[in-house]
Amino acid sequence: MSLQKKKTPMKEQEPEERIKNFKEVPFGYSDQEALVEADRCLHCKHQPCVEGCPVHVPIPQFIQALKDGDVVEANQIIKSKNNLPAVCGRVCPQEEQCEKVCVMGIKNEPVAIGRLERYVADYNMERGSDKTSAEEIEKMKLSELEGRKVAVIGAGPAGLTAAADLAKYGLEVTIFEALHETGGVLRYGIPEFRLPKDIVDQEVEAIKELGVDVQLNVVVGKSITVEELFEQGYESMFIGVGAGLPRFLNIPGENLNGVYSANEFLTRVNLMKAFKYPEYKTPVVVGDKVAVVGAGNVAMDAARTAKRLGAEDVYIVYRRAEEQMPARSEEIHHAQEEKIELKLLNNPVAIHGEDGRVAQMECQQMKLGEKDDSGRRRPIPIEGSNWMLELDTVIIAIGQNPNPLLTSNTKNLKTKSWGGIEVGEDQQTSRRGVYAGGDVVTGAATVIKAMGAGKTAAENMKNYLLEKSKK
Amino acid sequence: MYEILEKEVLAPTIKKLKVKAPMIAKKTKPGNFIILRVDEKGERIPLTVADYERESGIISIIFQEVGYSTKLLGQMDKGDQIQDIVGPLGHHIDLEGYQKVVLLGGGSGTALLYPKVRGFYEQGAEVISITGARTKNLIILEEELEKYSDRLFIATDDGSYGHHGYVTDILKDLLEKEADIDLVVAIGPVPMMKAVADMTEEYGIKTIVSLNTVMVDGTGMCGACRVTVGGERKFTCVDGPAFDAHQVDFKELMNRLNFYQDEENLVHDTAVEEDN
Repeated sequence: MSLQKKKTPMKEQEPEERIKNFKEVPFGYSDQEALVEADRCLHCKHQPCVEGCPVHVPIPQFIQALKDGDVVEANQIIKSKNNLPAVCGRVCPQEEQCEKVCVMGIKNEPVAIGRLERYVADYNMERGSDKTSAEEIEKMKLSELEGRKVAVIGAGPAGLTAAADLAKYGLEVTIFEALHETGGVLRYGIPEFRLPKDIVDQEVEAIKELGVDVQLNVVVGKSITVEELFEQGYESMFIGVGAGLPRFLNIPGENLNGVYSANEFLTRVNLMKAFKYPEYKTPVVVGDKVAVVGAGNVAMDAARTAKRLGAEDVYIVYRRAEEQMPARSEEIHHAQEEKIELKLLNNPVAIHGEDGRVAQMECQQMKLGEKDDSGRRRPIPIEGSNWMLELDTVIIAIGQNPNPLLTSNTKNLKTKSWGGIEVGEDQQTSRRGVYAGGDVVTGAATVIKAMGAGKTAAENMKNYLLEKSKK
Repeated sequence: MYEILEKEVLAPTIKKLKVKAPMIAKKTKPGNFIILRVDEKGERIPLTVADYERESGIISIIFQEVGYSTKLLGQMDKGDQIQDIVGPLGHHIDLEGYQKVVLLGGGSGTALLYPKVRGFYEQGAEVISITGARTKNLIILEEELEKYSDRLFIATDDGSYGHHGYVTDILKDLLEKEADIDLVVAIGPVPMMKAVADMTEEYGIKTIVSLNTVMVDGTGMCGACRVTVGGERKFTCVDGPAFDAHQVDFKELMNRLNFYQDEENLVHDTAVEEDN
């Protein structure tokens, strides 16, 4: 039997249908589809996919377990390295990682590793077999670490990963989270139609069952300081507070009503469930015509969310060209299917209002020049090309910086000029015993990279504590 | 969950709740605020911490029922549980270095003013407090203000209590007669704060206002609370809530405060229908 050249397609909601709801777009594989796709794995000896994964999931092994019909075992194999498989199966940029280096992908499409991961995670979640058994947890514990306290600041992907690994070592882990819900960007940033929140709930539940305690509504730096946590007997801590500070364009009219940062827009809809307003009491206003400025994944999320909230015309306004859009091609594809219009090579220069509300955005056309520091061709303004885009709402999605709330209230924590926390290869900060990882170190990046950093930090925190107790 | 230990009705629409929140009580200083969510479906609303007892871990919040969420909060009673409270947030006010301070509170703004009155008084400054409201039964915290002020003036729009007129009339009089005032603090409706700012600018007296903007997270994440101060964008939640009154763009602030008026009305009407 010759191998299928293309990935087994994953069924999804039709665009006309899905823009009317917030349900997840792809349905996931059936048992049969998963088996067919698993069969495409060549089980090559050098396993480049494992290296391509920031947390080194034993990919060929879990696919083998799938082929053998043991989906529970497949999940245990993934979970040995990845504490959030149902999340990663959905939001990881596999095309940049494991699937990018898949040998099958040299001549054909790579194995759909992400879709298989999602299938395995969902299968086990549905059957309640995603949890680690009490005996398994006991086996993983290190007696020297049992009962010793560590703190994790921020319940996003980096913090959750670190917390899970730390708990597995036998440590007593407390996560401090500023918001009223766990998940960080998985909760407030990524929309329901891309990552259903009950999936996040279940992943977090599985981590809590490892013995992790979660304290919500605690802003470290304000409610309690790093110094006080040390005083309370936490021997080491991990900071994963993310990149929560929204950037603005700094153009006239940005404080008009109807201009949102993507963070605000998405937080209202996702965390505060404004898409169920007025049942949920937090409102969001979209109007008929919406422009999202920026072209990353957050911009695509905001645009697709605006469409689902009833906007007729949704535009992506971006100063560079299509091939330079930072969003995943899958997200751009989904957005275009949903009739989101790309206004490329256009740079907003001002937002004009009427009665204090957004009315138009003035855009200047751009052309591409020489390559800049980022290796992308630099956009150059075309003189006299300004034009007006009629709008009700503008959403600014041009990136986030690390939130300074913790760093500015913590002594001796070195940061870079743009606010990111400085760490070594072991993720340790300038303060002994204090580790950091995720977007607060790298600036806005991906969920899986944050998880990788959380994992590295957890291992080094373990070593630090073992070393410390020897003295 | 945070238990309500005591409830007091200060005026028909102004209520005071004492809530157990030890971490916040331990850390709060005058000027800090909290964000709370009444229930699972509630908004996150910012409220000033009016008072705090560090030992017993109790905070007091005073609020006026203006919208859906504050009305819902106003219906809660002793023994009820508030879903979420987070804080203390924002910068506290720097109390040091002032000899003679005039503090003005308008309506429920007086609740926000009170911890500052107490703070300056305990710091040793001469404290002159001016509180005002539409009518007598809306005057709140008179006893508390009296206790922590060297002088207390009261004004009502309808003349039912104290001076017949505005708090700014009293301020004007003080500014004319007393040249040694080195700080004015004003908290209340935007037009009142703007009027104070305009008046003190003429006299060249440093003035602080505390802004009550729309907020979501309260930790600098969303930017809903952005205001223009001295030509720069500031986030009220992390850069404020207190700002130099002479630098604040009040017109923009007023506009932004009115953004969700239609939605507020809808939520209110929907809730009324559900009740019927």
